[in-house]
Amino acid sequence: MSWLSDETVSRLQAAGALPDFEGTRYRVMDRVGSGGMGVVYLAEDSILGRRVALKALDFPDASGELAARLLREAHILARLEHPGIVPVHDAGTLADGRVFYAMKFVEGRRLDRLDAQKDSLFDRLRIFQRICDTVAFAHARGILHRDLKPSNVMVGSFGEVLVMDWGVAKILPSSLERPSERAPVGNVSPPNDSPTAAPSETAHGEVLGTVGYMSPEQARGEIASLDTRSDIFSLGAVLQYLLTNLPGSPPRPLSAIARKAMQSDRDSRYASAICLGQDIGSYLDGLPVSAYPENIFRKMARWASRYRVAIVLVLTYLVARALLLLWFRR
Amino acid sequence: MNKVVYGLILGGILGIFDGLTSWFTPEVRPQLLMIVVGSTIKGIIAGVLIGFFARKVHSLTLGILFGLSVGLLLAFFIAHMQGKYYFEVMLPGGLVGLIVGYATQKYGNSGLSAASRS
Repeated sequence: MSWLSDETVSRLQAAGALPDFEGTRYRVMDRVGSGGMGVVYLAEDSILGRRVALKALDFPDASGELAARLLREAHILARLEHPGIVPVHDAGTLADGRVFYAMKFVEGRRLDRLDAQKDSLFDRLRIFQRICDTVAFAHARGILHRDLKPSNVMVGSFGEVLVMDWGVAKILPSSLERPSERAPVGNVSPPNDSPTAAPSETAHGEVLGTVGYMSPEQARGEIASLDTRSDIFSLGAVLQYLLTNLPGSPPRPLSAIARKAMQSDRDSRYASAICLGQDIGSYLDGLPVSAYPENIFRKMARWASRYRVAIVLVLTYLVARALLLLWFRR
Repeated sequence: MNKVVYGLILGGILGIFDGLTSWFTPEVRPQLLMIVVGSTIKGIIAGVLIGFFARKVHSLTLGILFGLSVGLLLAFFIAHMQGKYYFEVMLPGGLVGLIVGYATQKYGNSGLSAASRS
């Protein structure tokens, strides 16, 4: 009798953990990542002949709680049609009982893998504005992301910015879907979004999110009272991250914006992701930002910076004119 | 800001400074106001022409040459009306044209891209 080597056992275990996509239109090509809830595979859609990303539970979920959460994520994504949110194509259940959903395969790099040398402050702020736009859109649809962090943002090869991983997103009570919007997808029933009955909803006191990026109220587990300002805090933390690894210290107005977004008192934060994005836009345009009160000297410095080209041109003219005057008088 | 407006504003500002520098020539100091107004109008006209050129032709060299030519030409007319001070008027005028020619090529929107987007 011969024993299997550890390597063989681990390979067999890995093969056994692979979801069985037999009987579906998808052919798994590679495993591209994993999260707290599932694994993401690169697959080919055999009918449409295109590459897709498949997110599936990494093991059959006997309790059904994770499956419901994964489906809930798919439903939230399907509800959020926006250039900054990866579109969902399909959802279903595999033969082994695992739930999965198919989405657009996005090639690019995660925001936490920014190149300190190549990505300028301007590029970073433009990316951040796009994140703010996306989050503002989700908020307008009554959805909180609750896990905004650099590793959940993907920057595509063509500059597209996508906010990923809506697995712990919360549907605000005021925006619960109407029945007509909750049609079943494939052979899967929609998850219950009701805060009282849904197994996929987070219970009060449960802490979901990422330390360093979640708001104080979220860290305290005050799930029921979370609102859009919790995501504003996370956006502030993402901005803070983007301002690190820059040559020199970050500009004061930007640090002030991050500080305002990350106030522990949520009433002191930006009222919305739009307001936060607008302040970033103001900074980029050389205009005053609401988070940074200016005295006369700071105003003058900003004005000089905004019109530096015109100032240099006028000064060039004046110097040349002075030289001409001296030459005429000689 | 589109190139024509950019040229207009920059030409106007440089025109004002151009006129003000005549204060350093005592013989013409009594006509300072008239000179400032005239050189501002000259700068604005030059700026608009150079701005239109920059919108059509995207070449730094040609832009600078065109600016210089327009600046010199307009200054020549001014100097010719007085019949003197050719160098004193034409050199600064050419300088204004040169700077506006450079600036309108490097900065400002052509306006064409905005039209094609709509």
